Amino acid sequence: MTKTARKPPEVAAPSAGRRRPCLPSPSDWSFELIELYHGEIARTAKSFGLDTYPVQLEVITAEQMIDAYASVGMPVNYRHWSFGKQFISTEKNYRRGQMGLAYEVVINSNPCIAYLMEENTMPMQALVMAHACYGHNSFFKGNYLFQMWTDAAAIIDYLVYARAYIAECEDRHGWEAVEQLLDSCHALMSHGVDRYQRSQKLSLAEEEARRKDREAYLQQQLNDLWRTVPKPADKPAEKAHRRFPPEPQENILYFIEKNAPLLEPWQREVIRIVRKIGQYFYPQRQTQVMNEGWATFWHYTLLNKMYEEGLLTDGFMIECLRSHTNVVFQPPVTHPAYSGVNPYALGFAMFSDLKRICESPTEEDRQWLPDVAGSDWRETLDYAMRHFRDESFIGQYLSPHLIREFRLFSVVDDANKSELEVAAIHDADGYRHVREALSRQYDLNHREPNIQVWDVDVRGNRSLTLRHSRHNDRTLTDDVQEVIKHVARLWGFRVLLESVDKHGKVVQHWEALPHA
Amino acid sequence: MLQQVIDRRLSGKNKSIGNRERFLRRFREQIRDTVRRAVAGRSIHDIEQGEDVTLPRRDVYQPVFEHTGGTRESVHPGNREYVRGDRIAKPQEGGRGSGSGDASPDGVGEDDFVFRITREEFMQYFFDDLALPDLIRTQLLPDAPEWKSRRAGFISDGTPTNLHVVRSLRVALSRRIAIGGESRRQLHELEAQLALALREVPGQPGEILALRTQIDTLRRRLKTIPFFDPFDLRYRNRVRVPQPTAKAVMFCLMDVSGSMDETRKDIAKRFFILLYLFLRKHYEKTDVVFIRHHTQAAEVSEEEFFQSTETGGTVVSSALALMHQIIQERYPPGDWNIYGAQASDGDNWHQDSARCRELLVGKLLPVSRYFAYVQVGEEDQNLWEEYTQVQEDNRNFAMRKVAAADEIYPVFRDLFKKSATP
Repeated sequence: MTKTARKPPEVAAPSAGRRRPCLPSPSDWSFELIELYHGEIARTAKSFGLDTYPVQLEVITAEQMIDAYASVGMPVNYRHWSFGKQFISTEKNYRRGQMGLAYEVVINSNPCIAYLMEENTMPMQALVMAHACYGHNSFFKGNYLFQMWTDAAAIIDYLVYARAYIAECEDRHGWEAVEQLLDSCHALMSHGVDRYQRSQKLSLAEEEARRKDREAYLQQQLNDLWRTVPKPADKPAEKAHRRFPPEPQENILYFIEKNAPLLEPWQREVIRIVRKIGQYFYPQRQTQVMNEGWATFWHYTLLNKMYEEGLLTDGFMIECLRSHTNVVFQPPVTHPAYSGVNPYALGFAMFSDLKRICESPTEEDRQWLPDVAGSDWRETLDYAMRHFRDESFIGQYLSPHLIREFRLFSVVDDANKSELEVAAIHDADGYRHVREALSRQYDLNHREPNIQVWDVDVRGNRSLTLRHSRHNDRTLTDDVQEVIKHVARLWGFRVLLESVDKHGKVVQHWEALPHA
Repeated sequence: MLQQVIDRRLSGKNKSIGNRERFLRRFREQIRDTVRRAVAGRSIHDIEQGEDVTLPRRDVYQPVFEHTGGTRESVHPGNREYVRGDRIAKPQEGGRGSGSGDASPDGVGEDDFVFRITREEFMQYFFDDLALPDLIRTQLLPDAPEWKSRRAGFISDGTPTNLHVVRSLRVALSRRIAIGGESRRQLHELEAQLALALREVPGQPGEILALRTQIDTLRRRLKTIPFFDPFDLRYRNRVRVPQPTAKAVMFCLMDVSGSMDETRKDIAKRFFILLYLFLRKHYEKTDVVFIRHHTQAAEVSEEEFFQSTETGGTVVSSALALMHQIIQERYPPGDWNIYGAQASDGDNWHQDSARCRELLVGKLLPVSRYFAYVQVGEEDQNLWEEYTQVQEDNRNFAMRKVAAADEIYPVFRDLFKKSATP
């Protein structure tokens, strides 16, 4: 698939009316040049009305970039062996040349921190600045998920606090205990997010002060729940059959943090830290296509605009476009390098396609996306960026035109059948099906097993029952035994996991004991 | 809205070191095994290298709840020939890479997790096995060569503690003399002229006044020469020079008769390695000579030394005699520091042990800096008894029975004690 076909025509119209002299374009960067280019990019971004956090640029080495990778892109994080493992494998691949490092890492914080790698050439730095500081940055600030779930101003402080707290725990309780606890928490990290509540915004100081209150309060609550003092005999007996929890809970880590009988306050706090950080990354996991697509679309648009204004030299622009083309390359399914849909390619294509539909809609576009066709493209794209996540964005805006261009097709894999079946392709009968299937593919709720806290035997052996609701007969991998061992370690008593089919019948179950 | 570009390149290097420590600590058993195997397989000369450690994927894998089986639908780009309802044979596992939509993000194949530990880390684990105290470890690692601080004249820049007052004053004095020389000469001349002028009977007040003005100017100029100037300061200069080092040769003597099994050889090898590291640290050039023996001794390559096993009796003195011969031929004791390390299970032909003692006391010990003997077996043998007598009279001889690798170190204790008090 060639990308050149999709490039809007403005590239083809070179420096027709140069109004301003070119910016200097040596291939080596310098601090002055970065500031100069940044100023121009910022001005261009402003002319398109991009709303961003202030930018903080930091120049780092390749090794520091690997560091940043290892600690999930954050400038600070608590210490854990898994980050060391991540670092080692990233470094190894990088040294062998199996992978290039990402050109940039950008942090959803206020001010928005963007890393520039010292190895990059000046055109690359400009590309990164446009991509990260104005693309991602405006996405972080505008998208509803980020607004709802993350507090850009507080995250760095919180991580500093988390790191210090966990280091303190290691000192006080021994590294083995902390490591085991973190292992268990990490195993449940994807089941430790709230999906439907609003998070609280707390500063470092408030967080610290409230932790103390919380510890004291929690201990009281627990004592009450697990009260062993005999109750007066005249209490009504039916209370004994009260369910706990009254309704199934999907945030397993939260449930354990609040209700596990034997945990000490510091252990609850560690669980909370892991949970909070997982929650912070929850929006990113749901908006990969949109976020990268948005940033790619804007670096492309901003740099082209600057080129049109005559600010960039031809050589500079060629290098930017070459990197851009590599980033948005989508190998077809038969290609040896194929590894799923490239979120950069899909996202960029969708935003570019939306712009096309706004500016020069075809009859088909008017039929499929009547609200979009012919509208102002900046408003439409801004709206799309703010109010969607990958799943709903694709469901709403993937046009038949793009389905054809990507030659998307949907394949059903039924474990009980020996062959795959093509369910839909890029034809009139298939558009809707393909769009729905692709949209579902990006739905975290669909991708991750639905496992909830079902019951606690409060009056008996205190065992915890989790329930996995099967969808499309999908079972769990063998890891499940290991994971529930982790659950049992946190809960402190027996843990059961039941897998139920769509009729509510238990078809499979696992169990684990703590210290087993 | 740019705040400022921050250069972080110099700060925060090795930020991940804490995580790496935790990673190594978690897998220390596996790493230790790898190191153990590597030591057995390596030549003594290249003991100080990193090593690839292979961990089973299962061990480093972090489990999470994941889906498998059932019915799933995935969308792919780049359709060429398919239409709805087509059936496709399922691709072989891994045949399409991690292509089928939701292969786990970790790329969980059965591949092992391979990574490299650095030379320092390798030595760390090696020393751990030998139960070496920390002090000795740092002494053994070649990273910090010994330096001696030596005076090297004076320089014009330095810390106040190194200020040399007398030198500085002397420089100041010569500067004052040098700068003021011309003016002072003029001053003297003028003063002489003034004296003459004053003596002349018909006094010439005009000339006297002019001379006086000139003299005043010169005096003032001389006064402005500072008594002490910052560039007069002189500091003692000290340079660090590496300790003079010399050549050393290490003789490894080992019994290769049938009773030396793999474990015993491994212990002997570690013993030799330790001695080698010690010598490497202290001498610029370290030669190693391998002599193996059963009833006859031969100089061999390292590979042959550790790998061959021969059966038959044991005549230890043959090795000592050969060592003596080689010393005379190639390593004159005046130029070389000679170290001997002998490993044996102590089994020797009966009459030979006394001869060994004679050889040692009479010929080898007088020319050797140090001779260490380890017996890799518990039984008391006649060689042990003979050597015990040697130990009583000779300070540069050490002997020890070693049954496991961590018992090797005590043999060295005397050696290190000696090096600590030069």
